[in-house]
Amino acid sequence: MRPYPRLACGLALGAFALVAAATKMDVPADAAFDTRIKTLESELRCLVCQNQTLADSNASLAEDLRREVRDLALSGKNDSEIRAYLVARYGDFVLYDPPLKRTTWLLWIGPFALLAGGGMLWWTILRRREHAGTSTQRTTDPDAEARGRALLDDNDEPPHTL
Amino acid sequence: MIPELGHFALIVALLTALVQGILPMLGAAIREPRLMALARPAARAQFVLVALAFACLAWSFVANDFSVQNVATNSNSELPLHYRVAATWGSHEGSLLLWTLMLGGWSFAVTLFSKNLPAPMLARVISVMGLVSAGFLLFLLFTSNPFERLLPAAAEGRDLNPLLQDPGMVFHPPLLYMGYVGFSVAFSFAIAALLGGRLDATWARWSRPWTIVAWAFLTVGIALGSGWAYYTLGWGGWWFWDPVENASFMPWLTGTALIHSLAVTEKRGAFKSWTVLLAIIAFSLSLLGTFLVRSGVLTSVHAFATDPARGVFILAFLAIVIGGSLALFAYRAGKVGLGGTFALVSRASMLLANNVLLIVALASVLLGTLYPLFLDALNLGKISVGPPYFDTVFYPLMAPAAFLMGVGPLARWTRTPLPELAARLRWALGVAAATALVAPLLLGRWSLLVAFGLFLAFWIFATTVVNLRQRLLASPRRGVLGKLRANSASYYGMVLAHLGVGVFIIGVTLVKGYEVEKDVRLDVGESVALGGYDFKFVGVTPQPGPNYRALTGKVEVRKDGRLIETLAPEKRIYNASGQSMTIAAIDTGLLGDRYVSLGEPVSADATNIHGPWGVRIYLKPFVDWIWMGAFLMALGGFIAVSDRRYRLALKSRAARVFGDAVGHAGAD
Amino acid sequence: MKTVRWSIPLALFVVLIAFLWVGLGRDPREVPSPLIGKPAPSFALPQIHGDKPLSSAELRGKVWLLNVWASWCVSCRVEHPLLLQLAKAGIVPVYGLDYKDKPDDARAWLAQNGDPYTASIVDQDGRVGIDYGVYGVPETFVIDRSGIVRYKQIGPLSVDSLQEKILPLVRELQK
Repeated sequence: MRPYPRLACGLALGAFALVAAATKMDVPADAAFDTRIKTLESELRCLVCQNQTLADSNASLAEDLRREVRDLALSGKNDSEIRAYLVARYGDFVLYDPPLKRTTWLLWIGPFALLAGGGMLWWTILRRREHAGTSTQRTTDPDAEARGRALLDDNDEPPHTL
Repeated sequence: MIPELGHFALIVALLTALVQGILPMLGAAIREPRLMALARPAARAQFVLVALAFACLAWSFVANDFSVQNVATNSNSELPLHYRVAATWGSHEGSLLLWTLMLGGWSFAVTLFSKNLPAPMLARVISVMGLVSAGFLLFLLFTSNPFERLLPAAAEGRDLNPLLQDPGMVFHPPLLYMGYVGFSVAFSFAIAALLGGRLDATWARWSRPWTIVAWAFLTVGIALGSGWAYYTLGWGGWWFWDPVENASFMPWLTGTALIHSLAVTEKRGAFKSWTVLLAIIAFSLSLLGTFLVRSGVLTSVHAFATDPARGVFILAFLAIVIGGSLALFAYRAGKVGLGGTFALVSRASMLLANNVLLIVALASVLLGTLYPLFLDALNLGKISVGPPYFDTVFYPLMAPAAFLMGVGPLARWTRTPLPELAARLRWALGVAAATALVAPLLLGRWSLLVAFGLFLAFWIFATTVVNLRQRLLASPRRGVLGKLRANSASYYGMVLAHLGVGVFIIGVTLVKGYEVEKDVRLDVGESVALGGYDFKFVGVTPQPGPNYRALTGKVEVRKDGRLIETLAPEKRIYNASGQSMTIAAIDTGLLGDRYVSLGEPVSADATNIHGPWGVRIYLKPFVDWIWMGAFLMALGGFIAVSDRRYRLALKSRAARVFGDAVGHAGAD
Repeated sequence: MKTVRWSIPLALFVVLIAFLWVGLGRDPREVPSPLIGKPAPSFALPQIHGDKPLSSAELRGKVWLLNVWASWCVSCRVEHPLLLQLAKAGIVPVYGLDYKDKPDDARAWLAQNGDPYTASIVDQDGRVGIDYGVYGVPETFVIDRSGIVRYKQIGPLSVDSLQEKILPLVRELQK
């Protein structure tokens, strides 16, 4: 039993990290120019209709900013340079993907810290219950105990219903 | 006169709610049967009064009474009848009245289906619901009166927001609220249990069906909202992690955790305090959602017009209700003691893991939704937290939960030897892995994300098959039908709901993995090809509607030269408000949607509608599986609740005498 | 001491309520300017009146206000009387940035409503506006002698915002 929990944790963390990374980078590097622009615009916030992405908004400022993004991309700027250009003018508000900085550290680390914490809590609770179970022997009759155990451990639907 | 009647009904309802909220609980505390007996009649009377008020408001809308402020602001005489009715809940005041109506309705339902509840328990449950109702009625009467008069009356109304003039408006809010508000029952049971000091498996048995029904309604409500956004907003998105969407999703996540936790508490008497906390949290999140939408602290497409007074009132209400509940929890929960024991590898431990994952996901969504507010409040700047954050955080948390969905039902409750479990799962693992590796190639392009998503979905399907087969084989009954009937509705509900999750995962994975879009300028008669389909733009003609003028486009969809569908995307201008709307046209299919919407005319003369237009075309593979999956989940919930044990418990009066025995004797 | 563990949800909730309470007083739609404390973006644009273009370099050495306005902007009418008063008082020069507007419309509007601007530049395609992080009209910037942006007023000017924030700042910068 010993190696399984550690193995399971390792696998879980690995899979977790893999999925997180894959979610972020699923656009292939050689995607067409238009797709790249579209992806970039869908991660920027329209400042006028603040509940739409730059890609979707019909606001006049959104059209202007889309034009700026396109011009910058055509002039050879990469994605982070384009984002930096907009952040210099409008602040972090314009990014739907919050940058990792001192003030957003809690935001980004939070979920993973909570998961680790939750995992430890889960482990502790189970450990405690396992010990509690073995330390209280209700009966000294081994047959009764075996039958009781069998009843408890069985799948919850017996042949007859209630 | 009718509005005044409605207003009066609300006032009397408030008084009734106060009676309902205070006297029965007092009766339970001092063991006075006559006070406790007030619970049922008070709750029923309160519901009737609120229903009367609601009917008065609805009547004002239907009859176009523009001397009522609410009607004048949100309706119009040209508005079709069903939208005039829906406009009743189209405003802050009206939707709050709907909330209160639902709360009354759920209280009424509790009075009907509670013959087995001991009187003190019922009294406390009804009282708690009464107090919450009283809070909402106070809020309505003091800050959000739907019956406010507009004198002199307006000649015509300002019209319902065109975005809301849609069948979605007729169904989405009521069903969503049924779920949202329905968690108040589980909440009330939890508070009643804490107050009465009685926290056992029987309590879980009573709470569980109420929770499942509320959860099922919430599932449908959220799915409808998502589907509505999909075809209304014009670019085929179905989930935006918008604060108000999150406000409905967080109770859903909690509700899902609660249903699973209740199962453990009911069957093994474990996790009692945790389950009670979840019940409190679920409804608290419903209330928090109500606050977020109506207070103006967050920007959202859904937000109602805000007023500082309202925000303060709801916040105070939140502080009292949730703060009070959590204080009660802090005081009483510790006295309950440890529940059953189980091993590391067991169904119970996996359900606990499921809870951990769901609650961490919930906390993450809450964190992301409120983080901009946190930073702003601390003067640390303004940021935005959107889909890139939520997607990155949410999917990795849900993936293990989906994986456990396959393992849990196959494990025994208290301990399962790992080799035995692994042996049962081997085949399912193989099937899922094989599908994950091969299917993406068949669908066009291999991608890790698609493979992973398909793996999870087929893992769920395969393990469900293994589970079902195992049960049928183990049954001593004769014949397939006999064996199938041996399993309870509760079991089939679970199976269906889990299958629904698998279907949902397929929809999300394939749409995200393979959707394509083309945004082009098309001359009249010009075609564009996308994904094996041919889209021909035939032109745009003006067409009048009941309360709008439309420009209706015509796009012919062909595959292999054969015409399969003619789509009619529209651009509408509504007469009363002058607002414009883009209505997409969708060719729905089991394997995917073809989605077309009009942009703007792109002639040199912008008013020339008979020239070329900008057209947006999307191909959305398997997108409808998203909502099909959600409906399967909800259906599973409803089926689970139809289980014999709940109906038996209703019918048998004698069972009341043996209350506890009923709770523990049944092996399921 | 077991109560401590069970009190955690309550404690977290109290913190949440505190934040929500503060949040009620904030406007989530307002986007603060990242230019505060940074050099004002340079521009060289044609003026509304006359042919000579105006460049930001010419404005070094004095404290000035940049008011973003347009003839199509409704809220601008609300603050216009205040701008006229400010111009008459002569405390600080106000330069206008005519944002995404037709020069003819702009001239007509000023003729009709009064011209408080020392000079008004025309930003027809909105590029300078983007450099300044303009996302709505009207907006007003306070810029000091070295060309650093010191304050941004989002939305129309009001008596309060002038008396409590802008004028004291201007007086401070002019020392």
